[in-house]
Amino acid sequence: MAKVEQEIVPLNGDNAVAYAVKQCDVDVVAAYPITPQTIIVEKFSEYVADGEVDTEFVCVESEHTAMTCCITASATGARTFTATASAGLALMHEMLGVASGCRTPVVMSVVNRALSAPINIHCDHSDAMCERDIGWIQLYAENSQEAYDSIIQAFRIAENLDVMLPTMVGLDGFVLSHTLENVSILPDEAVKKFVGTRQVPMVMNHQGKLVPFKLDPANPLTIGPLDLQDYYFEHKRQQEESMRKALDVIKQVHDEYAKQSGRRYGNGLVEAYRLDDAEIATICIGSTAGTVKTVVDELRENGVKAGLLRMRAFRPLPVEDIVSNLSGKKAVAVMDRACSFGGNGGPLFHEIRHAVYDLPSRPKLVNYIYGLGGRDTPPYMIDGIYKELQKIAETGEIENKVQFIGLRE
Amino acid sequence: MSPQKKGWKEVPLAGVCWISSTEYKTGDWRSYKPVWNTEKCTRCMFCHIYCPEGAIKHDQETDNMVFDYDFCKGCGICANECPADAIEMVLEGKE
Repeated sequence: MAKVEQEIVPLNGDNAVAYAVKQCDVDVVAAYPITPQTIIVEKFSEYVADGEVDTEFVCVESEHTAMTCCITASATGARTFTATASAGLALMHEMLGVASGCRTPVVMSVVNRALSAPINIHCDHSDAMCERDIGWIQLYAENSQEAYDSIIQAFRIAENLDVMLPTMVGLDGFVLSHTLENVSILPDEAVKKFVGTRQVPMVMNHQGKLVPFKLDPANPLTIGPLDLQDYYFEHKRQQEESMRKALDVIKQVHDEYAKQSGRRYGNGLVEAYRLDDAEIATICIGSTAGTVKTVVDELRENGVKAGLLRMRAFRPLPVEDIVSNLSGKKAVAVMDRACSFGGNGGPLFHEIRHAVYDLPSRPKLVNYIYGLGGRDTPPYMIDGIYKELQKIAETGEIENKVQFIGLRE
Repeated sequence: MSPQKKGWKEVPLAGVCWISSTEYKTGDWRSYKPVWNTEKCTRCMFCHIYCPEGAIKHDQETDNMVFDYDFCKGCGICANECPADAIEMVLEGKE
């Protein structure tokens, strides 16, 4: 597959997502508006009204129903999409587990926003981090371009027969969702060909017949019924296996997509930025990586061996990539845009810290909780983190393992 | 944990049923059994309509109400709804 010619259009993150969904030949979209996601479904409903897509658009009364609707549509073999944020994602919580347990490959964009209370509409990652263990694949975009690219890739990942898991693509509320950016758009035909038609595996039904895994009156099937002590555990183990297989699938789909788009995001799971020979590094998720890269460039100009590891996939957790990228580093700061109240640092810190436990020589690890409720994270603040890391690398001493940065005392 | 049961590599995904529910006799959940009184019964069919399991049928040839005890869970709705008081719930083994 050769690189295709692309058009550059100015789009904000939400519009970039809506445009990607428009190109992905989606059968059903069920959604409820919530800031800062509203633009996505608003724009998509315009595509429907203007006859630009052949999609059934279902206006529902809540996010719980939006997800229910997507699950049931997906169970019939339809390609489905929804979008939400913050409280909307929290309201979906129960049905998110049904989506992953029923193996319905729903794709959803989560425009990351703080959770109430106090009410706040701006960016942090508390909403999605709460859904860590619900069985969804979680990808996060650094910019609107990546949001566009990731949505297209997400359908291929979710619907892969070895995966069959719902997939969410996170993009930072307002920072990306409402900010205009130049986005390269693939031709409709190229996207249509890339995502293809949704396939379903064959399963044994109650009559002992092998039938396609979809609700179809011609081949009746029961999906997700009562499952007690005798089989529930086995089904959960299957989900875990599919998550592990998703690690390779995410990479493969990313590589295949890169061939025609010319855009790569690390290996699809993590993006290492000037990390090879780095002695100190930060790890973060989402748009903050853009700011960090600027700071890393400046530090490099001054001879500081600084690097960045950006997590593109959070679930499944790319443990091997974390380990190989952090091996040999002297000091590493994990940046968490969410708080795990009462925990040993933020959610990403937990994951990174446990991943490097098996390294014979572990880097010194510190955690910075930052940007809650959309608090700005300017370059000087990140520069301060690297200064602290330099000190830790020199002395080997950690003063504060977990710190809050950008917070007034 | 029975070795005869399928392992996680074999069970169909998403809890898809590979055995028909007709092979799962739910009648043994029952502790009280509905016993029909042909004398009192007016054949109004309320029991047939109300039974949530579809376990009560009317046999047109014999004009009897027939209870399928393989699937009757003994909920007692039939006895409760019967306007003629023609169904009695009797403790299993005491009928």
